[in-house]
Amino acid sequence: MNGANATTTGESPEAQVSLHELTRRFGDFTAVDRVTLDVARGEIFGFLGPNGAGKSTTIRMLCGILPPSSGSGTVAGYDIATQSEQIKNQIGYMSQKFSLYEELTVEENIDFYSGIYRIPAGKKAERKEWVIEMAGLAEQRGTRAQALSGGWKQRLALGCAVLHEPPIVFLDEPTSGVDPISRRSFWELIYRLSGEGVTIFVTTHYMEEAECCDRLGFIFGGELIALGTPAELKAGFPGQIVEIGCERPFELLQRVESLPGVKSSALFGAGLHLAVENAEQTIAAIGRELPDLDLRMERITPSLEDLFVSFMQAQGRAASS
Amino acid sequence: MIERLKAMLVKEFIQVLRDPRMRFVMFVIPVVQTLIFGYAVNTDVREVATAVYDLDNSSQSREIADLFVKSGYFRLEARVYDDKKAQELIDRGEVKAVLRMNRGLSERLVGGRGAQLQMILDGTDSNTAGIALNYASRIVGGYNARLQEEWGARHGGVRTFPGGVELVSRAWFNENLESRNYYVPAVITNIVFIITMLLSSMAVVREKEIGTIEQVIVTPIGKGEFILGKSIPFILIGFINVTIISLVAVFWFEVPLRGSIPLLYLATALFLMSSLGIGLLISTISRTQQQAMMSAFFVLFPAILLSGFAFPIESMPQIVQWFTLVNPMRFFLVIIRAIFQKGVGVDILWPQMAALLLIGVTILSTAVLRFKKTLG
Repeated sequence: MNGANATTTGESPEAQVSLHELTRRFGDFTAVDRVTLDVARGEIFGFLGPNGAGKSTTIRMLCGILPPSSGSGTVAGYDIATQSEQIKNQIGYMSQKFSLYEELTVEENIDFYSGIYRIPAGKKAERKEWVIEMAGLAEQRGTRAQALSGGWKQRLALGCAVLHEPPIVFLDEPTSGVDPISRRSFWELIYRLSGEGVTIFVTTHYMEEAECCDRLGFIFGGELIALGTPAELKAGFPGQIVEIGCERPFELLQRVESLPGVKSSALFGAGLHLAVENAEQTIAAIGRELPDLDLRMERITPSLEDLFVSFMQAQGRAASS
Repeated sequence: MIERLKAMLVKEFIQVLRDPRMRFVMFVIPVVQTLIFGYAVNTDVREVATAVYDLDNSSQSREIADLFVKSGYFRLEARVYDDKKAQELIDRGEVKAVLRMNRGLSERLVGGRGAQLQMILDGTDSNTAGIALNYASRIVGGYNARLQEEWGARHGGVRTFPGGVELVSRAWFNENLESRNYYVPAVITNIVFIITMLLSSMAVVREKEIGTIEQVIVTPIGKGEFILGKSIPFILIGFINVTIISLVAVFWFEVPLRGSIPLLYLATALFLMSSLGIGLLISTISRTQQQAMMSAFFVLFPAILLSGFAFPIESMPQIVQWFTLVNPMRFFLVIIRAIFQKGVGVDILWPQMAALLLIGVTILSTAVLRFKKTLG
């Protein structure tokens, strides 16, 4: 497992986003605790963590709308503490609320941001058509934003956020509350932007979305606890995963938790996933201990969700001991 | 600057004008308020319900009662013949006044001796009672003068008082002392204050509540551009309200507008600095539209009560009078009433205008300084 601080320490010339010991406190509460990471140009960086872990606070600091308590960071080469106004020209930002003006039509929303970003007169029409085409809103040009479905709102919000062709885009849980099909087409847009060289910094708690990222950072309790590509993170998983298919997974959960060699366990679909030191030994042990049950047991490659669960349980134990 | 401001203004106007509730608040409420003040708020005292308690029942006593009724200030509601009944009518509020004439009134008058008549008034409404009493003494005074003349004529043309002092009064600017002329123009101050303060604070807070402000502050828009974009629509709405109310006042209620119209708008502009400044200040301390509304009402009531709109500032205790000196409504009210009724100009009104400017600049600059383009 790569420690958060071992991989990168900022200052890479290619880095579009670079954080060093970035910290934000609200009174006694530390929302973001000494986070250090780099994001390279054109990369899709996924920022993962449970609710309240500090994802949105980090993004707000990077966008220059929340000053850091300590530590430093640069976005597109500008200092987040002192050059937030320059940063604002370089970034697009979209929050989980899809902050559109509900009373305004699709076109009026685009026109508003196009004026705010001072898109040159000659380019305005072209950018507007680009957004409408990208978001698939040709039929809804004159529809008020309040009448759009979640997926359309989300694509329009993204369109407005990248209207001025920013080199870096921050997306704060952009797919929350949107149906899976819209979510997939949204990710196609993200790939398209990334292919054009745009750096994407996205927070999510959907694991299938995390798989789509070039690199991931896990944040928990304000601390960055893991950093790397999905493959690196899985390869670095400390131990093995046993999947158990059974009738009453919840009852079984309590019985297998105490077995030696089981480091963490969680309900997973219709069964259980156990993080163990040695899969063969655990499978054999369960077979011996619970011979009466008809269990389907198998060693599998850890998924990101397994990683996520075991990180969180490990942190939880560390915190309580 | 111009381009971003233009984008803000287009957006703000669409938001304000597309919302039917906003249209109602902006255009219907001013007219309704003006009509209410023009018709309902009437401090003129007329037709006071009166009971006549005539124990003398002579031609003199009947004549006096007639004089009261014919004056138009008193209306004969009942005739009573005992104290109990008179008391009961006042208790029930059926009459506000009792005119009592004792037995022997005519005898004493004919005999040249003085007689007394009693006026009992319901003092719960002290204002009406005082004014009614004033009318009653005028009526009695007129009757006395006539008695004296008749007495003199009968006694060989000799007048008891060859020459007395007669009061000839004239109310300038409002010859008939119509309360409408006093209250209707003053509605301008209330409406402009309420609407511009409340709507501007809510327009900013709504963006916080819905979350659009988060999207806007990550754009390169400047604080000044944002504040101007939010304020200009409400400046215009303020001017539109002044225009609507003035039109209703002048053409419907026939309230005179004697002063300069450009001066009226200039004074409005000075006043808007304060009302929008307070709106902006409220938006910096409120997170939801409900909080903004509560804060606005918290400001509104003392501002109206201490403005001189309904209660004269001169009759307030000295300490309270000092408080009114920071109330922009107080000064705007003086200016509005003076422009409408007296028709005076800047030469007279400059101290009030200077006060509005000072208060406005102070509030507005505090609000702008407090207004942050960051979160947290």
